[in-house]
Amino acid sequence: MSHPERLSPPGGEPVDAIAKPPSPNGKSSESLTEFAARYGLTQSAARPPMSRYIRDVWQRRSFIWNFASAKSMSMYTSSRLGQLWQVLTPLLNAGVYYVIFGLLLQSNRGVTNFPAFLITGVFVFSFTQRSLTAGARSIGNNLSLIRALHFPRATLPFAFVIVELQHLMVAMGVLMVIVVATGEMPTFAWLLLIPALMLQLLFNIGISLIIARIGAFSRDIQQLLPFVTRSWLYFSGIFFMTAGLANRDSLKDHPWVGKILEANPGSVYIELIRTSLLESYPKDLAKFGWGHHHLWLYGLGWALVAFVGGFWYFYRAEERYGRG
Amino acid sequence: MADVKEKTKKPVGRTDKSRQDIEQPEVVIDRTRDPIVVVDGLHIIYRVYGAGGDKGSAATAMMRMVRRQNRPQMKEIHAVRGVSFIAYRGDAIGIIGTNGSGKSTLLKAIAGLLPPHRGGVLTDGQPSMLGVSAALMRDLSGERNIILGCLAMGLSPQETKERYDEIVEFADLKPGFIQYPMSTYSSGMGARLRFAIAAARTHDVLLIDEALATGDAKFKRRSKAKIEELRKDAGAVFLVAHNLDVIEETCNRVIWLDDGQIRMDGDPQTVIEAYTDATGK
Repeated sequence: MSHPERLSPPGGEPVDAIAKPPSPNGKSSESLTEFAARYGLTQSAARPPMSRYIRDVWQRRSFIWNFASAKSMSMYTSSRLGQLWQVLTPLLNAGVYYVIFGLLLQSNRGVTNFPAFLITGVFVFSFTQRSLTAGARSIGNNLSLIRALHFPRATLPFAFVIVELQHLMVAMGVLMVIVVATGEMPTFAWLLLIPALMLQLLFNIGISLIIARIGAFSRDIQQLLPFVTRSWLYFSGIFFMTAGLANRDSLKDHPWVGKILEANPGSVYIELIRTSLLESYPKDLAKFGWGHHHLWLYGLGWALVAFVGGFWYFYRAEERYGRG
Repeated sequence: MADVKEKTKKPVGRTDKSRQDIEQPEVVIDRTRDPIVVVDGLHIIYRVYGAGGDKGSAATAMMRMVRRQNRPQMKEIHAVRGVSFIAYRGDAIGIIGTNGSGKSTLLKAIAGLLPPHRGGVLTDGQPSMLGVSAALMRDLSGERNIILGCLAMGLSPQETKERYDEIVEFADLKPGFIQYPMSTYSSGMGARLRFAIAAARTHDVLLIDEALATGDAKFKRRSKAKIEELRKDAGAVFLVAHNLDVIEETCNRVIWLDDGQIRMDGDPQTVIEAYTDATGK
């Protein structure tokens, strides 16, 4: 498709003669295509208009949910500990990071409740990270489904993000226990977790749709993606306070660095959840003169931009998924 | 995650110079019937990569990038060469031909899975394709596959529940297998379940690529009845099979593809007889 001119056909085939047969009842000028158009036939597998596409996706919502549940269930069936891994994997990750960053590198400066701070960061970021990874594979790994049945392809990235959301729900349960165990009581601010996670969900669906389209046509992205998400992880203030970093002497003269790190969507959703979940965290931020209410605007902005843009971008190639 | 690549069993390395053009039958428009698929002067050219020869090391890949060459050993295959025909509502069309004659490619093009290089395919409604490829969702149980398949086709959860028993009955799996992952199914069982799921909804155009070949006699009988039913619902069914008996029993029209071109198009007996004579089977 990228070099259409390379595919110019060898000449001398009687195509045009065949395409325009002399019609028995005198309408000799009508080609087959014109004949088909007169009966309202359309190009096979053309992309539906956007409004119908959105309706189709909405109509498949129970498919999205059921597909996600089935995938979640089947994910760990071959391992002995089964669904327990949903909790164990993030906990082990958090444990490793705690040893390295909390104990060895002492990056816990300025944070009152470092274990809860760190684990929130790891859990929330892994939702985004895993959504991206799953999104990149969502088309390529389901080719037989795509080729057999006709359905809006955007439902697949949606479903894979919902799988990750279901995992996150389990992880959030664990997280709440950890928060209470580290001495912070539930507050009404915990209710803000719901809108914060909704915004993150929208954002994740958006970027998964983008990466799904890229991944569908170039498999190279799957080699590159772990590197991208790993780099993003280090920039997203998971093991250290972004506010603390920006206030360092070496960065004091460059306030824009702090601004960029703060507006980074990876960090925005983590900070929203930390400030909602940990009573002590907004006070930690205040010590550096950083507020957190404007983060809701960032979160909303990123969610809308990613979701609308991602949906549009994915939709533009709808008729080409599964080709080859 | 094994079903990423589909097998391609296409001939490699034939050049266009050595291929002969045959005089393809003229398309006559039947104005008393409703067309459902119109294929107009269709050419399909696709590329295969890695047909061998390259050492495949990182260094050679790098050199290729530097020289801005295309991927190595890329061959262009002109699989369908100027095919035209009209399928009408109620048609069940068998497509026959030797291996590599372009049958599967033609079906894929009708399904919209291969972009036409020249010419076009016009259809009413969205064609659905049943191929020989692996299960719909290998790691999920047959039960799940039925539910998800139905929902994906756009049935509501209520309709899915209603049709569930019918699908299970049609697929006629061994007791208990419906709860096992589809990766444990034999190819015949998988084909049966896929066909049963796809047949749960009326399709305007159903493309069946060897999917019935692995079934036993009982299943063939029932799938034939199902195809009849689909035809009566004013759809069209395309059937690719090497088993000529199946085609003769199921189809009302047969297209004989030879090296990417239509050699003959007509009623089953005549075409199959000519085909058998020509191939010496």
